[in-house]
Amino acid sequence: MHELGIAQNILDIVRQSVPGHLAPDIRKIRIRVGQFAGVIPDSLDFCFGVMAGESEMKQAALLIEEVPTACRCRDCGRDFTMEEWVFLCPRCGGADLEVISGKELEVVDIELVDHGGEA
Amino acid sequence: MSIITVERKVLEKNDQIAERNRRFFRDRGIFVLNLVSSPGAGKTSILERTFERMRDGCRMAVIEGDVQTDLDAQRVAQYQVPVVQIVTMGGFHLEAGLVADAMDKLDLERTDLLFIENVGNLVCPSGYDLGEALKVVVLSTTEGDDKPLKYPAMFRNASVLIINKTDLIPYVNCRLDVLRGNALKINPDLRVFEISCQTGAGIDAWCEWLGGKGARGQ
Repeated sequence: MHELGIAQNILDIVRQSVPGHLAPDIRKIRIRVGQFAGVIPDSLDFCFGVMAGESEMKQAALLIEEVPTACRCRDCGRDFTMEEWVFLCPRCGGADLEVISGKELEVVDIELVDHGGEA
Repeated sequence: MSIITVERKVLEKNDQIAERNRRFFRDRGIFVLNLVSSPGAGKTSILERTFERMRDGCRMAVIEGDVQTDLDAQRVAQYQVPVVQIVTMGGFHLEAGLVADAMDKLDLERTDLLFIENVGNLVCPSGYDLGEALKVVVLSTTEGDDKPLKYPAMFRNASVLIINKTDLIPYVNCRLDVLRGNALKINPDLRVFEISCQTGAGIDAWCEWLGGKGARGQ
């Protein structure tokens, strides 16, 4: 359950990215979570909801984009998405693999509601 | 609606501090291991057996991480090895900043080998870089041979697997070859040691590797 700390980090990054007076206008925070990042999306969503509800960005919701684990075989060059946790190339059986995605844990962007263009 | 683009890593602050820790260790030639496992797998017992074998030729120190108590630090201190206890008060993993604070309390100018014993947990510590050279995952035979498949991130991110409590193999439902095979499916580069802290089996091989150049990638 380190998702609480991760939710706190997300709130910190959002605070550094959006001027304070706009915080109540935040509606969505899009994040990217790799399958291999060691984070449980439901748990992160729950923790974030609790923390945001007690913060200045009460209406902010997380939009979690899950990224599958993908590898590249250094022996034959094949890219593939991992279905099960077997780190072997499905084409040549090689074990020298580079993980090219699946470890992501990133804040992508923040969506705010507009108020008719006033400052 | 308007969109503000952010594109920042959630753990960037941790990663920056970890990189600073790593530079500090590298500049002083300190070899640092991050020990991870579920609670009770035997991390502290492995340290105790390691101290017994290596304390004459190697200056060691330990940073202990626990949710509560300094019981592990007390065990380490009995071997006259310098130790700092971090109590996370509920946190399930160590972070690079906590390690940096603990580093200030150790005389690292006089240390060759630093062990960071993480909080017992097979999930949370896997994403947090502390600045170590290597992650060592410890799994005991009583936990069963399927655990590498259930907690793949930890086994993929580690460089070394120590299988502990091999003396209990006759009594528990764990096949060593299956356990080893499952771990190597997740990470074919894992270096595997099979040991028993109770009987001392395998400890020599582990310490020989730890004290040699191979561990340091030389």
